[in-house]
Amino acid sequence: MDWGTFLSQLPIVVIVIVGVPAVLVAYIVGTEYLVRLLPDAFRPRVRPWIWVGPALIFVFGFLILPAILTAKTSLESGAGDFVGLQNYQRQLGDFPTGGAWIAIRNNVYWLILYTLVALGFGLLLAVLFDRVRYETFVKSLIFMPMAISAVALGVIWKFMYWYQPPGVPQTGTVNAILGIFHQDPRIWVQDPSVDNFAIIAAATWGITGFAMVILSAALKGIPADLLEAARVDGAGEITIFRRVIFPLMMPTVVVVGTTLVIFALKAFDVVYVMTGGNFETDVLANRMYKLLFFSGNQGGAAAVAMILLAAVVPVLIFNLRQFRAVEARR
Amino acid sequence: MRISSFKVVTIVALGAAMVLAACGGNSSSGNTTNGKIGGTVHFLGTWSGSEQDSFMAVIKPFEDQTGVTVEYEASRDQDAILTTRVTAGNPPEVASAPSPALLTKFANQGKVIALNNVLDMGKLNSEYAKSWIDLGSINGKLYEVYAWGSLKGLVFYNPKVFQQKGYTVPKTWDEMITLQNKIKADGTTPWCIGLESGAASGWPGSDWVKEIVLSQSGPSAYDSWWQGKTKWSSSEIKQAWTTWGQVLGSGDSNVYGGKNFMVSTNFGDAGNGMFDSPPKCFMHNQGSFITDFFVKAKPSLVAGQDFNFFPLPDVNSKYTGAHVVAGDTMSMFKDTPQARALMKYLTTAEAQDIWVKRGGKTAINNKVNVNDYPDALQKNIAQTILSAKIAKYDAGDLMPPDMKNAYWSAILQYVQDQSKLDSILSGLDKVQATAYTT
Repeated sequence: MDWGTFLSQLPIVVIVIVGVPAVLVAYIVGTEYLVRLLPDAFRPRVRPWIWVGPALIFVFGFLILPAILTAKTSLESGAGDFVGLQNYQRQLGDFPTGGAWIAIRNNVYWLILYTLVALGFGLLLAVLFDRVRYETFVKSLIFMPMAISAVALGVIWKFMYWYQPPGVPQTGTVNAILGIFHQDPRIWVQDPSVDNFAIIAAATWGITGFAMVILSAALKGIPADLLEAARVDGAGEITIFRRVIFPLMMPTVVVVGTTLVIFALKAFDVVYVMTGGNFETDVLANRMYKLLFFSGNQGGAAAVAMILLAAVVPVLIFNLRQFRAVEARR
Repeated sequence: MRISSFKVVTIVALGAAMVLAACGGNSSSGNTTNGKIGGTVHFLGTWSGSEQDSFMAVIKPFEDQTGVTVEYEASRDQDAILTTRVTAGNPPEVASAPSPALLTKFANQGKVIALNNVLDMGKLNSEYAKSWIDLGSINGKLYEVYAWGSLKGLVFYNPKVFQQKGYTVPKTWDEMITLQNKIKADGTTPWCIGLESGAASGWPGSDWVKEIVLSQSGPSAYDSWWQGKTKWSSSEIKQAWTTWGQVLGSGDSNVYGGKNFMVSTNFGDAGNGMFDSPPKCFMHNQGSFITDFFVKAKPSLVAGQDFNFFPLPDVNSKYTGAHVVAGDTMSMFKDTPQARALMKYLTTAEAQDIWVKRGGKTAINNKVNVNDYPDALQKNIAQTILSAKIAKYDAGDLMPPDMKNAYWSAILQYVQDQSKLDSILSGLDKVQATAYTT
């Protein structure tokens, strides 16, 4: 680090450290003073808005406004002229292999495989590890990939899938294992018949720990006497899981599931690192990135963004409903 | 609950304050003290690692002479970052020029500064070959200027192995085909080709095709092709693909490891098989930059002794001396005295010579002494570049980005199944129909 640069930036550091709390305190004290000036009856109605006000401004400025502008851009040409649905038509017109369709198909693969496998494994591991003494240790092992950035994960798995021609020592783990069973090595992330699954497998490896940890926490929250009572009534372990544990974990399963669905829809980094979207592995987020930054096609990129948004919204609504249902049950 | 909402507000406000602070933090100015210009100039380049060290060595005398600090920032994602920063109105003063297609776009939007009044054009015309100035000009104005150039279409080989096996360097395309058949007859594979390059995978194969187009059908066919006026399915372009297919052999049998190796091997690693014992392959077609990769993979290799090159032979002798070139170019996005001084400096023989002596680069300024190149191989490359009769820019880089990406993908499809050429080319025609209009 260049200390000269650091020193010249020092006043800014001081401003941030001292100034920010000062501004906040001033805001709170100042607005509270103004609220006190109001008649008693109004105060409870005004105060919450003052508290959420800054957050609302930021949500509006950095989320809602850009979303509206994106929607507008998606109806415009590169020069800014209104072109109606032409950008959407280019993305969605050429079914089943043109435009964005390959990316949409792959996002569906992601949606189904990534979500179900991560959720399934997460649940299985949570339930099984609950019954062993070395639980903490194995759980930390499974959770560890979560600490790796997605870019590093992509690079690691690229090495795992590395290809060398037959007859040469295989440096990729997967092909080396194939070699043990006297199988010819194959290309994993360049062959359209398997590459999507190979990439999703890598991403799933990274996220299973997340599902497992949250599901495990939900599992621990189930009162022991409930299970005891079921056992006294003569229920077997599988019946207990199906009839007692699983229904009680359901709200958590739904939350983890919907989170994974959103992760699957916005998949980008692993694909970007492992194939760059080549060999029919493109996904919507990567397509949007390529359209915007490589092609300079803002309208097309905005249209893909809107398609992605349209896909995420039902999941969000479902998620919110679920939250409300859980709240209501309490 | 109250506490957590307080936290949220704090975090949001803190974030906002940092953003504001970061925006307001840039207050360096170009004060003139004791005859020096002083101040700072931001440079966005693509060199990292040892290349960055070399560039900083080039910059050192400039900083000493002018008192200007060069704040260098490296990124491989040049086009994406420049697009973002130019759109946001916050470009670096000077940057390695983006792809020609993007630069043309910036030039049309008036987002990049013409250099005709920045540089001493008389001096430039005397020190630069016309073809290099033409390459940087758009609508008659100079928007990017070369400092160093590199040559594409060099076939590298291992001279020791060639001597051992009794192979001779081919002078014509037919001799090269004869040689590759001979290598095959000896029970070995002639070529090493690697096409993997992240999101840009396929480009090394696109080099083959464009070099063949240029030397088979000539510069005017080449120009009308990248301009989108000649269809991909036209006889000239299709012929180039089938000529490359002849090099690859049926089922890619002339290439080490076949199609699987080609699509999964990084372009930087592909040529290393030439130096294995026994060699996995005997020839590798790549730009002049690849020698760096050879030496990095195997530091014992000596240029000229362990690897040497011959220019990819002309398919049609009518177009002898035609080369596809690339290079390190600079463009100016903000007009400041510091930026002007830096642009001027980088076009001088003194500046370019520093990197030439460190190795790995070929200067475009013809005042640079050819004896300054560290070895015979680089001197040879420099002479080939300076004597190029027809210098053409990488056709892929000249095409609109959508076309270029489709071109690269088509290469990957072609090596996987050469029999699909007609459907691949008609797919490219379809992209061509829309890519040039948006």
